[in-house]
Amino acid sequence: MLLELSEVSKSFFGVRVLHEVGLSLQAGEVHAVVGENGAGKSTLMKIASGAYQPDAGAIRLAGQAVSFRGPREAQAAGVGIIHQEFNLLPERTVAQNVFLGHEPSRRGFVDRGAMHARTAELLASIGADGLSPDATVGRLGVAQQQIVEIVKALALDARVLIMDEPTASLADHEVQVLYALVRKLQQRGIGIVYVSHRLAEVFDLSNRITVLKDGRLVTTLDTAQATPEALVRHMVGRELAHYYPPRATQAGTERLSVSGGGNAKLRGIELRLCSGEVTGIGGLQGSGRSALARALFGAQPFTSGQVLLDGRPIRLRSPRSAVRAGIAYVTEDRKAEGLTPRQSLLDNALLATRAVRPQWLGQRARAANARQLLAGIEVHAAGEDQEIRYLSGGNQQKVILARWLAMTPRVLLFDEPTRGIDVGAKAAVHDLIRRLASDGAAVLMISSELPELLGMSDRIVVMRDGAIAGELPAGASEEDVVGLATGTRAAP
Amino acid sequence: MTLLRQRLAAIDSTRGVWVALVITLTVGGVLVYADGGSLFHQSSIVSMLQRAAGLGIVAIGQTFAILAGSLDLSVAYVISLTSLIAAETMAGSEGNVPVAIAAVLAVSAGIGLANGLLITKLRINAFIATLGVGLLIKGYLEQGYAGPAGSVPTSVQRLGYDRIGPVPLSFLLMAAVAVAAWVVLQRTRFGHHTIAVGGDLDVARLSGVRTDRVLIGTHIICSICAGITGLYLASRLGAGAPRVGSEGGYDLESIAAVVLGGTVLAGGRGGVAGTVGGVALLAAIDTIFNQLAVDPFFKQVVRGVVIIAAVAIYALRRRKAGRP
Repeated sequence: MLLELSEVSKSFFGVRVLHEVGLSLQAGEVHAVVGENGAGKSTLMKIASGAYQPDAGAIRLAGQAVSFRGPREAQAAGVGIIHQEFNLLPERTVAQNVFLGHEPSRRGFVDRGAMHARTAELLASIGADGLSPDATVGRLGVAQQQIVEIVKALALDARVLIMDEPTASLADHEVQVLYALVRKLQQRGIGIVYVSHRLAEVFDLSNRITVLKDGRLVTTLDTAQATPEALVRHMVGRELAHYYPPRATQAGTERLSVSGGGNAKLRGIELRLCSGEVTGIGGLQGSGRSALARALFGAQPFTSGQVLLDGRPIRLRSPRSAVRAGIAYVTEDRKAEGLTPRQSLLDNALLATRAVRPQWLGQRARAANARQLLAGIEVHAAGEDQEIRYLSGGNQQKVILARWLAMTPRVLLFDEPTRGIDVGAKAAVHDLIRRLASDGAAVLMISSELPELLGMSDRIVVMRDGAIAGELPAGASEEDVVGLATGTRAAP
Repeated sequence: MTLLRQRLAAIDSTRGVWVALVITLTVGGVLVYADGGSLFHQSSIVSMLQRAAGLGIVAIGQTFAILAGSLDLSVAYVISLTSLIAAETMAGSEGNVPVAIAAVLAVSAGIGLANGLLITKLRINAFIATLGVGLLIKGYLEQGYAGPAGSVPTSVQRLGYDRIGPVPLSFLLMAAVAVAAWVVLQRTRFGHHTIAVGGDLDVARLSGVRTDRVLIGTHIICSICAGITGLYLASRLGAGAPRVGSEGGYDLESIAAVVLGGTVLAGGRGGVAGTVGGVALLAAIDTIFNQLAVDPFFKQVVRGVVIIAAVAIYALRRRKAGRP
């Protein structure tokens, strides 16, 4: 056994988050770890990689008992981790990032020649020769940054590589590149722990699957003998009869329309959003999907064209003007744009209301309303005063939803609403989106996940190169969307 | 070719201040000439370079603290203290000079260590920790000294006044410190780690960098640089002075010089070359206004405008480059 965690327990602030969990990994194996919100996956990974120390239990590496006092010791022992949020310095070069903390040196000075050469070598070894060791990391795309992360782990001669949600911010075609990479590492005999919410990936890549729930080990299965249905049942403890809520039964009235909308990133946008409908936005990363949502929210306003809201022209100059007009935006990057991490979850839920409505009116009623909304969407937390950064991604997303529900919005813009959240919370978010639409709101939903886009949308608008490539009705196929997004297929 | 372009891109962030310096010297030179003087007369150049030397050494030290995402407000008091330690230990005798230098370095390194420990081990915000340490030293100085004390032997005073052609020895000392600092930042692991810690503390820590040690190290360097400036000022004054640092405004001016040089106040980006440019720019403005005999209050206003404008321009350029 390459890596073996046995009966690992961990508590934070008196709350037990891991109960005697075990996990084993063989050389050349991909071992997937799945589980719901707060199942303890991230905590377990942080223990395996030395960021946290277990309260009880043992870690064995190649048969030897080890205890890591910090990530540095874990790295030295050959355990590398790729975090969900990249650990890279955007201002520094690829080589500087790859060798951060263990720069090769000669006579006290950093040996830049060796650093460059070894980075190039490592890049080539995984087939990423196209990436220059001297490129500034901040100027690379997300997929390339992830390659840098992987190379960074390889530079430490990692025998065990932990990947925490590696595809969370990748577009579909980039995921294929990652797959190939994972298989290559596997052939080299590296053991990979693969944490993911996307079950399709788990089945594509893994040899074994471990399911965690509420900090306990549910089961470890051979992937060959598992089925998606069984896995979901283990994760949530119940059968999911239908994954997506039913679509709208009748067309709504036009709520918002854009004609000739354009700015630095968008051109010639013609778009209608109707009440009662979920309009899906598909396209590749960088095709202008987020730019469209940001324009509609006034964050990067349209510089040309006209926007009508309920038939009346409206100028969306700033997020404030959009919020006041009844437009809500759930951003793609929850951590950076969605949360004030050190504030309580109640404060986070009240953020929009407090910003836009007069301060002196009805503080209590407002808080009571927020509490009711939070309770209604089942946020799991120690209490409303808990700092939101301690909640799981799914619960954080629910708090953000409560923030906008308090505004009773007429138009909701969702940018990757279920990114980085688990199956159970995902279903809840999907139900909520559909319910908002049925209650009369117009919903725009951007998604890189094709099943979600197809399952949720009443209409799908596909973008390419900052313009709308075409529109597809509900019931379109994945091929239709990809064809339009990549330009290999013309609009119907 | 690509290598050259990458080199250019690397110094790009600190290039702006040198452009500003050339413009300032050109415009200033014309103004002074119209006024009937000469900015490029030997005496003006000497005064400009001397002004640059004292501030320059402190600011180079400050660059380390700021690059690592910290800052040091105690430098002005460290300068006063070390000027007194130097002059009193020397007590007019050349034989005591090595001991005096060692004492200055040891005391300043100790203060830097204290700053670093307060920030990393007790997790006190750098602003408060270094301000507190500074006030502590200030209290000691005010209680113990009413005015200048000690005496520096004439041979050491020459450091303050001798020059080779128009270049004062003190300026060469600053240049040497700058080159050493540049080498440390660009070519040593400590330098790389300093920039990493300032860029993102968590990333550095999770990459295995001993972030506490790095932060403490930058504070020791910063304090030692202040100590060297204290030595230099003592040599110029011929004695130690309990207010020479704070009256010279070395704390805030060193930070201003670093920021003028394109180093981001939050850390992680910038370098020594920019700081030297920032110091030169401030010294040039000083010299020009002295030559023109302008109201000193107006001079302060102009420096304020220059600093604000510089930071605004950096912020705009970064936004244009599409980076946060």
